[in-house]
Amino acid sequence: MKITINGELREFNEELTIARMLVALSLVPAKVAVERNLQIVPRSAFGETVLSENDKIEIVRFIGGG
Amino acid sequence: MQDKPLILAGQEFSSRLIIGTGKYKDYQQNADALAASGAQIVTVAMRRVNLSDPDEPMLVDFIDPKQVLFLPNTAGCFTGEDAVRTLRLAREAGGWSLVKLEVLSDPKHLYPDMTETVRAAKMLIDDGFDVMVYCSDDPVFARKLEDLGCVAIMPLGAPIGSGLGIQNKVNIRLIVEQSSVPVIVDAGVGTASEAAEAMELGCDAIITNTAIAEAKDPVRMAKAMKHAVIAGREAYLAGRMARKLYADPSSPLGGLI
Repeated sequence: MKITINGELREFNEELTIARMLVALSLVPAKVAVERNLQIVPRSAFGETVLSENDKIEIVRFIGGG
Repeated sequence: MQDKPLILAGQEFSSRLIIGTGKYKDYQQNADALAASGAQIVTVAMRRVNLSDPDEPMLVDFIDPKQVLFLPNTAGCFTGEDAVRTLRLAREAGGWSLVKLEVLSDPKHLYPDMTETVRAAKMLIDDGFDVMVYCSDDPVFARKLEDLGCVAIMPLGAPIGSGLGIQNKVNIRLIVEQSSVPVIVDAGVGTASEAAEAMELGCDAIITNTAIAEAKDPVRMAKAMKHAVIAGREAYLAGRMARKLYADPSSPLGGLI
């Protein structure tokens, strides 16, 4: 299954939820926000949201800014 | 003599200094400067995580969003749609609706694009955000933004990151006089005296990032800014003496030997 994450094409062999994707990427769910095909995925739905072929995912976090 | 608190969308703050979190050597120095500044609000940006370095230092590991209010910005957004998308993500990441809207234009001066800023403010307010808005020093646009429902009007004192000080005292004063929501100088302050100057004009608070982060000793400058904002505020409340054209001796002339 091919998914674009933050503009990078990634391949996964198994069905994947957002929660499992974050584990695979070594990211802490509490510290990020996720958008799937331009729609916000609430943190509470990470475990039940299953990714589909060609999904476009954005994962963002707070950084320093003015 | 107790001052009233700064109130933003119903939340009370005793500090009138808001600091940025960009341009520091590292997040630890940023956290140390924050402690020295006494600020209760920090501006932050939203960006993609670095997939190749999941262990990179995270801002939230150094500055606790439960202790300090994170004010997400829209830096890098050039349209209302970009701003709404960014701040929806920030709201999901942090759970707050208080945000800093900035829709910039030309990288040379980073002036706000005011027509797009007004449009974005309306979109955000309709989406349930409490919008603090970075804006030009034009009292007419400031009025329009307040009428739309923005919770703070934040004109620049000079271009972002320039440290040129308050270049537009007349306009800042006009905006202060006409506004019934807090007016916060956002951008331009270069050193403590300029923070005090903005507060003496009657501003309710200031935002500063570069003046602290790019000082030779950022933690010390953060402390200086804390005192400057308090001094400027107190001076404004006290009311300055009248300017006179000629000297007026402080010691009585009567009883001279």
